[in-house]
Amino acid sequence: MELLCPAGSMPALKAAIEHGADAVYIGLRDDTNARHFAGLNFDDATLKDAARYVHQHGKKLHVAINTFAHPANFQRWQYAVDSAVQAGADVLILADIAVLAYAAERYPKVELHLSVQASATNAAAIDFYRQFGIKRVVLPRVLSMQQVRALARSCDINLEVFAFGSLCIMAEGRCYLSSYMTGQSPNTAGACSPAAFVEWQDNQGILESRLNGILIDRFAPNETAGYPTLCKGRFKVDDELYHALEEPTSLNTLDLLPQLHAEGICSLKIEGRQRSPAYVAQITKVWRAAIDAVLATPAQFAVKPQWQHTLSGLAEGSQTTLGAYHRKWK
Amino acid sequence: MQFSLGPVQYFWPKPQMMQFYRDAADSNVDIVYLGETVCSKRRELKFDDYFALAQMLRESGKQVCLSSMVLYEAPSELRELRKYVDNGEFLVEANDVGAISMLQERGLPFVAGAAINCYNQHTLRRLQSMGMMRWVMPVELSASWLDELLAQSIVADIRDCFTTEVFGFGHLPLAWSGRCFTARSENRSKDQCELCCINYPHGRQVKSQDGTDVFVINGIQTQSGYRYNLINQLGNMGANVDIVRLSPEAEGTFDWLAKFQANITGQAPQLLGSTDSNGYWLNLAGMATG
Repeated sequence: MELLCPAGSMPALKAAIEHGADAVYIGLRDDTNARHFAGLNFDDATLKDAARYVHQHGKKLHVAINTFAHPANFQRWQYAVDSAVQAGADVLILADIAVLAYAAERYPKVELHLSVQASATNAAAIDFYRQFGIKRVVLPRVLSMQQVRALARSCDINLEVFAFGSLCIMAEGRCYLSSYMTGQSPNTAGACSPAAFVEWQDNQGILESRLNGILIDRFAPNETAGYPTLCKGRFKVDDELYHALEEPTSLNTLDLLPQLHAEGICSLKIEGRQRSPAYVAQITKVWRAAIDAVLATPAQFAVKPQWQHTLSGLAEGSQTTLGAYHRKWK
Repeated sequence: MQFSLGPVQYFWPKPQMMQFYRDAADSNVDIVYLGETVCSKRRELKFDDYFALAQMLRESGKQVCLSSMVLYEAPSELRELRKYVDNGEFLVEANDVGAISMLQERGLPFVAGAAINCYNQHTLRRLQSMGMMRWVMPVELSASWLDELLAQSIVADIRDCFTTEVFGFGHLPLAWSGRCFTARSENRSKDQCELCCINYPHGRQVKSQDGTDVFVINGIQTQSGYRYNLINQLGNMGANVDIVRLSPEAEGTFDWLAKFQANITGQAPQLLGSTDSNGYWLNLAGMATG
């Protein structure tokens, strides 16, 4: 069971490797990946440095090229694939049929993983993508543990699941809420609720967060104000004001680790390429310890309180959830 | 230019559905899509009911297409999908690549629905080679994206092998989740939803704290808060749009169909309401109006 950690920069990548990641995933410094944020990600030179560093430590480098190519700029996605392969990436994480086909035909020996952005939630969808020679599927965060189990038992393909981090509550790759509000979506621009559209305003002690002018939430002085991800705001349905879609909270599957292990899930992905090296270091350390514990003695696995304490401290709104893995969340 | 009625996205009681399709049969619409696309627990109409309606509509002179779901999670749902694929008579709209996989396996033609991620000429070309004969553009894309895509020689060369369709009216389907937001709005869990969507024939309006209609929740689906309305863009659509889709609303769908048909060349424009939008088509935020 692999521990796959995020890195948005060389310091974060080093932190992940030093604290026990088996593999690190990164993106290029453009809109070919779903974390296209200012100041983040790797250019051609740092990509090569990243591959060298990871390989020196005997670990693997995955490169996410998981947005959908634009008609007039398909070359940018081809170039991303070419650069990743030339830099020595072990794995490409892809979502667009066109990019999958290009990579599969041009580089038949490079390992391809199906990105969560391809939104494969069932055995028939996984079958569809087999024509591109994918070796692994990253499962969307909409499935329950029962559904993950059913897939693991019925599909002869490696499955990767999200273990910790920001919780996307929609079927990834098929959510257009962000472009509805801002014109930019994860699919087209590689960002959800982009920072350029965020405004904060103090209104007589009440802090208001807006996205492209739309009020996402209001915070009283005693409340922690979270980033205005549009599905995590407080909205009104009839007269009731609540988090109509989702609370600002992070996914945390530590409790499910023995079950995920028992089902042969091959990799646990930590979300957060936009996070700091210190965050990546702490998360990696906890998950390394937890995975080592479950691998050593699966039947005796118990979540240590200090692990949960560390993870809760790093979570969005200091809250964590099992998300869709737990049926009651739904 | 032809017009289509998309699948009913809401959960309506059976009598309302039957009336809607009787009206569709009597209307001037060219193409009718039908089937449950949002939630497998909605069973007011079962597959056989949809199939019977499809036959009735075909006898009324409509082209009929069975629409399949967007989010398949359980093996039981895939078994239901297989019924759609194996229906033997009607074209199927695939809204998940799982459906394409099954249709391709049987050598059947299909419609690639708006929830299939086809953003460029290379993907479109591949889908066409798999059997796609109609492409419904993803709702978040614009007129200029469509023009740019279709101008690429790799698809321009095969333009007569597929038709194009654009979502032109109704609440935009924007997201699908493992969670049921309508059940959540009634403090129920999804497992104990009691099919409460049936109480909301328009879905449930979600407003910002200062009163903007931001979303509509419809079971596991999140829709646009505003009604998308491209009626005033029809005259400029040109040859790149073969079919314009109207998504059924609880009221007024056929009145709007008539208005759309009267404005194909732009001779009968309509004043948009404050909760109409057309932003996506104009390369703006989806909820904007240009």
